[in-house]
Amino acid sequence: MAKEMQADTTVAGQSSVLKATSSISLSKARWGESAIKIWLALCAFVSVVTTAAIVILLFSETLNFFESVSPAEFFFGTTWTPLFEPSSFGVLPLIWGTMLVTIGAAIIAIPTGLASAIYLSEYASDRVRKIIKPVLELLAGIPTVVYGYFALTFVTPALRNVFPDIQVFNALSAAIVVGIMILPMVATLSDNALRAVPISLRQGAYALGATSYEVTTRVVVPAGLSGVMASFLLAISRAIGETMAVTLAAGQTPNMSLSMFESIQTMTAYIVQVSLGDTPTGGIAYQTLFAVATLLFVITLVINIVSQIILNRFREVYD
Amino acid sequence: MIEFQDPSILPEINTPMNKKSALELRKVNIFYSDNQAVKDVSFNIRRNRITAIIGPSGCGKSTLLRSLNRMNDFVEGARVEGELLFADENLYGKDVDPVEVRRRIGMVFQKPNPFPKSIYNNIAWGPLINGYSDSTDELVEKSLKQAALWDEVKDRLHDSALNLSGGQQQRLCIARALAMEPEVLLMDEPCSALDPISTAHIEDLMFELKERYTIVIVTHNMQQAARVSDYTAFMEMGDLIEFNVTKRIFTRPSVKRTEEYVTGRFG
Ligand SMILES: Nc1ncnc2c1ncn2[C@@H]1O[C@H](COP(=O)(O)OP(=O)(O)OP(=O)(O)O)[C@@H](O)[C@H]1O
Ligand SMILES: [Mg+2]
Repeated sequence: MAKEMQADTTVAGQSSVLKATSSISLSKARWGESAIKIWLALCAFVSVVTTAAIVILLFSETLNFFESVSPAEFFFGTTWTPLFEPSSFGVLPLIWGTMLVTIGAAIIAIPTGLASAIYLSEYASDRVRKIIKPVLELLAGIPTVVYGYFALTFVTPALRNVFPDIQVFNALSAAIVVGIMILPMVATLSDNALRAVPISLRQGAYALGATSYEVTTRVVVPAGLSGVMASFLLAISRAIGETMAVTLAAGQTPNMSLSMFESIQTMTAYIVQVSLGDTPTGGIAYQTLFAVATLLFVITLVINIVSQIILNRFREVYD
Repeated sequence: MIEFQDPSILPEINTPMNKKSALELRKVNIFYSDNQAVKDVSFNIRRNRITAIIGPSGCGKSTLLRSLNRMNDFVEGARVEGELLFADENLYGKDVDPVEVRRRIGMVFQKPNPFPKSIYNNIAWGPLINGYSDSTDELVEKSLKQAALWDEVKDRLHDSALNLSGGQQQRLCIARALAMEPEVLLMDEPCSALDPISTAHIEDLMFELKERYTIVIVTHNMQQAARVSDYTAFMEMGDLIEFNVTKRIFTRPSVKRTEEYVTGRFG
């Protein structure tokens, strides 16, 4: 009891000393700090407002579009000829073209990217990692128009040596370059996911007489699977949104052909075509631009949200 | 200089292994790049006994323990010299397969490290990758019983192991190691992350296990070493200061440093 009292008086004594030397009202330095805070908040606000404005514009123009074209025709029609008579607004050929390129790219990028990630995180020495990682980042930084040009001037001619009847613009070369383009993303993000698996799990597995291959395939990859899956999804969403390379490489022929040797048109390539063309503002052809853009936006948004959900679950495992 | 109650606990250089030993260390030196972490350590690890390694932090206990099942192979720059005899072969011999060594000499780590899999699959994992082809149900039950965990988890074998408490996770890791039916079980401070009740559980467990296994345990807890072990090695700065039957180490050690350490008087 006596001790507590003594403690109380010490605290009281201290605060009176503080009061004597400084005021508790806001000093000038703190006002400066809140000014900076307001400015930062404003910047954040601007980006939120811009995003919201874009989304509102997309959706309102899309609603206008659906006043003249029925959703059934848009989503289930198989002919896409909005720019000339007789006009037809079935978006499936564009979705098909996008899918063809995306699936082709995924077939190339996912196994190779995962293999590179496994190599980097489980087998490569620190020295090798330090060389390969920046190279991957460099690859990810190449402007996509360069990939498109590369497809036209190198990949397609090379493919022509093997498949003589391949068209100048074709889905295959687009898929190949988009695959190369998203590979660094798969490799880097999967590598991060695998490296987040605690070392102690690897040690536990080795101590049970596992080989490095077993440790990798049966402990590390399953433990990091959600992160790896998220990297696949992000790369796929990047492939779906990819524009320059597919426009240059795959051409502008809306097409539901099964053949990857023919020219197709992706959703993004259509947007480029209309944006660069002389389509009058306000007409129905112009509104298709927004309908396709909204569709693209929703598809990639859903994929990104799903991958975010998967990633969050992954975090819960090792808190 | 040091007088031993039981001469079989010291190795004889250049002779075959003592029949009572599970492992024999002969002039073992361990380096991390140019740093020497273990210096000229020699002693025998008796079969079906518990051997404790004690000593101040950083003296090389974990390093020595990891060398016994070649877990040091994963540490960049680590190098082991000298002889570590196991089944009449040097663990670091040219033809030795480290994977096989780890299959026969299991390890339990300081921090429980169950796989993010079900309780059942944590146990069955080791045997399955090592080509165990019978039904694993019995093996899982047997291992969990040996680790005194069966009653607590038998109704939720397919739940995630990560939902178990720390003490249960550690017993799961012991069960996981036992499922491989190793000859030697190495434990690096297995109770340091556990509460007194879980610790008591694991100590009881060790008494039961030594009928079938040889156990080497690193511990910072003097009472634990005194309670559970039959032999104790006291290390300091990489040197083996004294090795003897535990009772002797804790009652009448031959070296003054040992006495100071086990009684808590640091000099
Ligand atoms: N991976 C490593 N690389 C380099 N040096 C290491 C490594 N691990 C341990 N050492 C060094 O080796 C010496 C012995 O370390 P060790 O971990 O074996 O000690 P310990 O007796 O287990 O200590 P503690 O009781 O704190 O666990 C220490 O000086 C340590 O710094
Ligand atoms: Mg240690």
